[in-house]
Amino acid sequence: MLIEAGHYALVLALAVCIVQTIVPVWGARRDDAALMEMGAACALASFACVAFSFVALSHAYLVSDFSIRNVVENSHSQKPLIYKLTGVWGNHEGSMLLWVLVLTVFAALVALSRRSLPARLRANALGVQGAIAVAFLLFVLVTSNPFSRLSPAPFEGRDLNPILQDPGLAIHPPLLYIGYVGLSIAFAFALAALIEGRIDAVWARAVRPWTLAAWAFLTLGISMGSYWAYYELGWGGFWFWDPVENASLMPWLAATALLHSVVVMERREALKVWTIFLAILAFSLSLVGTFLVRSGVLTSVHAFATDPGRGAFILGILTVFIGGGLALFAWRAPLLRQGGLFAPISREGALVVNNLLFSTACGTVLIGTLYPLALEAAIGAKISVGPPFFNLTVGAIALPLLLLLPFGQQLAWKRGDALGAAQRLMAAFALAIVAVLATFAFARGGPVLAPIGVGIGAFVAIGAVVEISGRAFGRGVPLRVALSRALGLPRSAWGTAAAHFGVGVTVLGLAAAAWGTETLVVMKPGDRASVGPYVATLERVVPRSLANYREDVGVFALTRADGTSAGTLDASKRLYLTRNMPTTEAGIRTVGLSQIYVSLGEAEPGGIGVRLYYKPFVLLIWIGSLFMAAGGFWAMTDRRFRVGAPVRAAVPQREARA
Amino acid sequence: MIRALRAALLAALLAWPASVFAVQPDEVLPDPALETRARSLSAELRCLVCQNQSIDDSDAPLARDLRLLVRERLKAGDTDAAVRGFVVARYGEFVLLRPPFGAHTLLLWLAPALLGAAGLFGVWRLARRRAEPSAEDAVLTPQERAELAAAGAETSDRG
Repeated sequence: MLIEAGHYALVLALAVCIVQTIVPVWGARRDDAALMEMGAACALASFACVAFSFVALSHAYLVSDFSIRNVVENSHSQKPLIYKLTGVWGNHEGSMLLWVLVLTVFAALVALSRRSLPARLRANALGVQGAIAVAFLLFVLVTSNPFSRLSPAPFEGRDLNPILQDPGLAIHPPLLYIGYVGLSIAFAFALAALIEGRIDAVWARAVRPWTLAAWAFLTLGISMGSYWAYYELGWGGFWFWDPVENASLMPWLAATALLHSVVVMERREALKVWTIFLAILAFSLSLVGTFLVRSGVLTSVHAFATDPGRGAFILGILTVFIGGGLALFAWRAPLLRQGGLFAPISREGALVVNNLLFSTACGTVLIGTLYPLALEAAIGAKISVGPPFFNLTVGAIALPLLLLLPFGQQLAWKRGDALGAAQRLMAAFALAIVAVLATFAFARGGPVLAPIGVGIGAFVAIGAVVEISGRAFGRGVPLRVALSRALGLPRSAWGTAAAHFGVGVTVLGLAAAAWGTETLVVMKPGDRASVGPYVATLERVVPRSLANYREDVGVFALTRADGTSAGTLDASKRLYLTRNMPTTEAGIRTVGLSQIYVSLGEAEPGGIGVRLYYKPFVLLIWIGSLFMAAGGFWAMTDRRFRVGAPVRAAVPQREARA
Repeated sequence: MIRALRAALLAALLAWPASVFAVQPDEVLPDPALETRARSLSAELRCLVCQNQSIDDSDAPLARDLRLLVRERLKAGDTDAAVRGFVVARYGEFVLLRPPFGAHTLLLWLAPALLGAAGLFGVWRLARRRAEPSAEDAVLTPQERAELAAAGAETSDRG
């Protein structure tokens, strides 16, 4: 009964969203406040409907209601409770429902932010959001109904794909979806601006916190997905340039560019048309990502539940929204007036370079991902575009970006002083050189380029510190004053510095990967193998049987070179019984920021195959991304985004170098 | 058709998570220099029955055959290029994860440069057009003008 109610709620949400698409936009045209306000009411109502429907499906999973096809195919009564819940979105239908839920959550939030948004912008944006919701609700109802029944109901479910039975599933997809779908707000705002035919700093200020939120969630989603792959897939890689990874990277690159161009628009009213274009592009790439994952046009490790029919439907949605968005852009963008002037050497100039490089990277990833498809369609030749291509090209674009980042931050708006910026960065540069030399002196092995990577990472990270310290400390300023000055800097300044610091930290982690080691041996209990500066001893192999799998656990004792213990770790090989599917659970021991990573292989004559990795400072890669996301969230709470109508500050602000 | 596709996907899915243990200890060559070359070669060769994996990462039997083949050729004294050529002759260019530079991949390899150049050209055109004085001025209502002025006053002294 609850299931039918959930299904009905979804249909109701569709009806409400159709109203939401039409009425507020019409109201904005006629300048009718009551009609515009309908948008907010509809957004809240459709959120309530979709939330109810999501709860209904979750309930079916929790009680293992095997009369529902979706539950049968993806759940099992003996599965741990947490995986019953996360299993709701561990499949195509459920994850689409989550997608729609996040979409309506965002629309509801827009509906609630009456104070900080101009009425017509809000009404038009809600209309666009409504249209997106209509398309995806139709998609769910027509092609991917999670509520369809099965008769007769089987006694047991087919269990969730074992790879997905992991806390990672609780974290990675929701974060990623919030990021993907959050970009729809920027898209809706861009279209709303085009419908109105005008755009200004107020628009930029309204769209910035939403973009920041979406970007920060996307950053977290991608990085958590990468860590999940790292520990789950068992060979210690964290980024594979898989098409689906690329599909999440492209919106991230576009969103990062958007984040920076919106700043220019807010401050200087420049780059308007470009910013609108990026806002359309970022969400379009999210849709492309959805299409690539679910249509099966590209082979990928993520391609669960693919179906050509669904692919065609999503392709239709894609065409309507991307085509419609770009058509509207081509038609209305010439109406938008261009803004302020600036010199090439200025903060704006630096941000233009940032946008140039980010969009080039984004375009390169897009072309690299789709090129094999296009080539095969065009001349029938089959080629592969893999990690070597992306590492080379994206690396070449990232290099100038990283080197220029600290300089850009030191330039003033309108007209910057390149020499002055370089002087202020002397300390950072010197420290980076020291880091390179120290690495050369102390590190053994590894490619020659790796110490340079360390230097670049250090330069970016220290440059971010200089960003703050340079604004707080000055010649002859007492420490106390400087500290209170630093604390008084706006949150957006701190957020920016934190995010840039995170970029440096991630680069350090990537560079350190060069000194990782890999050992491949056959071991039997009592055998020892060296792993980096440690020695691992296989103590015993224990078979174990749990609810829905059985496993062989290898228990390893780790000792340092001087013989002292560094703890133990368990690596296991599991067999999930329902699907008869083996998985490897890597044993990971974290020592400081480094990790020892062990995975078990096949039983060999004379023991078991064991792969041992030493991964120095590997955690920096993800810690850096946490800094980036935290910076995004912190900047989002900046005072000028929180207050609605801007008011003059009561206390005169101290002068700070912009 | 759909059923066959499903079955193929299922098979692929099943092949994937199992592929967690690639190079087996018995494959490793005694000569470390040769082994290093073998590893870096296999990292750039695609496992043909997997989803987007190099033969170095894959556990599929075909990947193992290919790894052994690469090592055999290396032992026979082939250069890296010769080994690559040998594998391509057997399996086609699809096997190379680094697409070769040629007429059919020209656009791919030049994509970053072309995109960057297009962007630069756009910026240059914009800067030129901007340099000419514009008669247009933003049309704002008085209320928006006040809002903007206030926003400017609030934010202009911040970084």
